Amino acid sequence: MKRDIILAGVGGQGILTIATIIGYAAVERGLSLKQAEVHGMSQRGGDVQSHLRISDAPIYSDLIPEGRADLILGIEPMETLRYTTYLAPDGWLITNRKPFVNITDYPDYETVWKEIEDLPRSILVDGEKLAREVATARSMNMVILGAGSPFLDIPAEDLEGAITAIFSRKGDAVVEQNIAAFRSGRAFAEESNLATE
Amino acid sequence: MKRMLLLGDEAIAQGALDAGLSGVYAYPGTPSTEITEYIQKVKEARERGVHSDWSANEKTAMEAALGMSYAGKRAMVCMKHVGLNVAADGFVNAGITGANGGLLVLVADDPSMHSSQNEQDSRYYGKFALVPMIEPSNQQETYEAAGHAFALSEKYATPVLVRITTRLAHSRAGVELSDPRAENDLRLPADKRQFVLLPSIARKNYQSLLGKQVAFEEEAENSPFNKYIDAEDRSLGIIACGIGYNYLMENFPEGCPHPVLKLSQYPVPRNHVKRMLDECERVLILEEGAPFVEEQIRGLMDATYNILGRLDGTVPRAGELNPNIVAKSLGREIALTEDKSEIVRPRPPELCPGCPHIDSYNALNQALMELEPGRVFSDIGCYTRGALEPFNAINSCVDMGASITMAKGAADAGLFPAVAVIGDSTFTHSGMTGLLDAIIEDSPITVMIVDNETTGMTGGQTSSARGKLEDICKGLGVPEDHIRVVEPLKKYHDENVAMIKEELYHKGVSVIIERRECIQTAKIARKLAKEVKS
Ligand SMILES: Cc1ncc(C[n+]2csc(CCOP(=O)(O)OP(=O)(O)O)c2C)c(N)n1
Repeated sequence: MKRDIILAGVGGQGILTIATIIGYAAVERGLSLKQAEVHGMSQRGGDVQSHLRISDAPIYSDLIPEGRADLILGIEPMETLRYTTYLAPDGWLITNRKPFVNITDYPDYETVWKEIEDLPRSILVDGEKLAREVATARSMNMVILGAGSPFLDIPAEDLEGAITAIFSRKGDAVVEQNIAAFRSGRAFAEESNLATE
Repeated sequence: MKRMLLLGDEAIAQGALDAGLSGVYAYPGTPSTEITEYIQKVKEARERGVHSDWSANEKTAMEAALGMSYAGKRAMVCMKHVGLNVAADGFVNAGITGANGGLLVLVADDPSMHSSQNEQDSRYYGKFALVPMIEPSNQQETYEAAGHAFALSEKYATPVLVRITTRLAHSRAGVELSDPRAENDLRLPADKRQFVLLPSIARKNYQSLLGKQVAFEEEAENSPFNKYIDAEDRSLGIIACGIGYNYLMENFPEGCPHPVLKLSQYPVPRNHVKRMLDECERVLILEEGAPFVEEQIRGLMDATYNILGRLDGTVPRAGELNPNIVAKSLGREIALTEDKSEIVRPRPPELCPGCPHIDSYNALNQALMELEPGRVFSDIGCYTRGALEPFNAINSCVDMGASITMAKGAADAGLFPAVAVIGDSTFTHSGMTGLLDAIIEDSPITVMIVDNETTGMTGGQTSSARGKLEDICKGLGVPEDHIRVVEPLKKYHDENVAMIKEELYHKGVSVIIERRECIQTAKIARKLAKEVKS
């Protein structure tokens, strides 16, 4: 198996937490992993991305080739569009719906959403809303991870195990909230996916 | 065997620790910062007492590492590529003195300038200083490079340069660790004049360094990091340097049909190269950075062989490599499914809401309002973002410390008022000596030190300036009544503007210290305090 995933967002939104959880679950399964991160220039408020590669064979490049990503997973919709050229022919783009606007020339929201919906395989998730229903808005990134999880080829239990391991330091309540957020995102993606097929 | 998931930066740190490191010396700089931070964090390093405090700049770091090597212990100095410009005097001369304990100079280059002013390739420095170099291709090799570099350094009494680049420094992968080796004992050089570079001794040392070049090349010829992988299709041969090898193999997951020279240790091993040139019709050179190997192989006349690379346009002349660029250079372009979106806008990093630099710039802009713009020289740090909207407050950013010295030069030319804006960490890195120049000539410049009490840009490392700025300025000779300390806050805006105006028109050196803690480090400090209480 091989999964090449681009994580996209704005500095400070928590894409690295998503990367860490997927990475943890992959390593526990004995898979090879490469994860290129953006550090430095303290990217606050700027665009950030991470290339996450998982495979049962050796991985050479730290970067995913353009045209080969199986999944673009985003916390911010315009940021996912920044990487459309990375999509493989059967690649998915799954992103949080709510724009993060800290620039004066942010495009029209409807245009952003439409461009995402017009892709052959994409899901827009209202991450904040789903997170608030089961936890707090802060668990939005776990909703997004959940929404991307059916496309990772890693069992949900393994990802939940990774969430537990990574958040355990913060107490059981935080772990439970994050798992609930994860499940709600996963359920949403499974429904939308069925709907498109 | 122990296995860890490590960034390239962490791999070199762990490798050095396992190879008996006694001290790391560094000034922060992306993408090298995490090396020292890792060693500061690791329990084992603390227990062993491995030195890991930050240095004031790369030159002081280089020289302290050389001192530790003099005393017989294994030392590493880390920096970003432009840091080697600052450390160059120490580095090149360390080539002449040679090492005693293993001396590893780790430089992290930043091709494509993700967070740098330029994309200089440190391999030129290694060649310039005539020292061996290792350019690992992945995290595992990076880990192993540390021990290999120390062994090589001690075998030939020479510093060894290890070069990594952004993508390796900041990418995580599994690494297998080897058994740790003990640190060296204190052991002074056998020759008590080895490090005395008086011309007569330096000439002798230089001859000895020149004499070692053959052995350095033999080491590269037989290095475990270099490999000649022969293959059937000799219409093309490929020399793949450092992580260029990964991008090549990414394009041939089943194995490359052409002969490949995987090159990760220098000087360039000529026998391998000659074999490839003789056996293959054309040779493609893939390097992450400048055409360093390519230029050496082509030579000035570029006549004999059929060589492809950055110089003939097969590979773009500037910027980092990636799998697509390499695919294209092999004539195997990867087809894209989706177009680039037309609506995406750039989203550059910004000053955090509440950042003290915002208030400093608002006050400075207002104080300068009646004057023709273009008189503010600045420097490198978070505050460089003052060049962009909505501030448009600064007119230069060149190299660390250049704000004060450029303001002085412009003042010498008759620009008045001339202003320098410099961060606290940048000031102690390279601003102090320039300020001394200005004081000696009583140049009419206004220096604004934006003191957020940390090294903000690289993630909040301890600043050597902390608690010392007024004393440093006084000690250098700035008159006390022209050292002004203000708190950059909106509520003090009007008085801060008035004060800046006063100093702007003073016909001599004045220093305004804008002091308010970085909101990011303040937030972390508050959180820690809360955790301690609960
Ligand atoms: C020679 C050199 N070393 C290191 C760096 C990386 N670097 C850029 S700015 C900076 C620190 C700036 O800190 P400070 O002056 O306190 O300003 P702040 O970012 O906190 O506003 C560093 C380490 C560099 N660009 N050049």
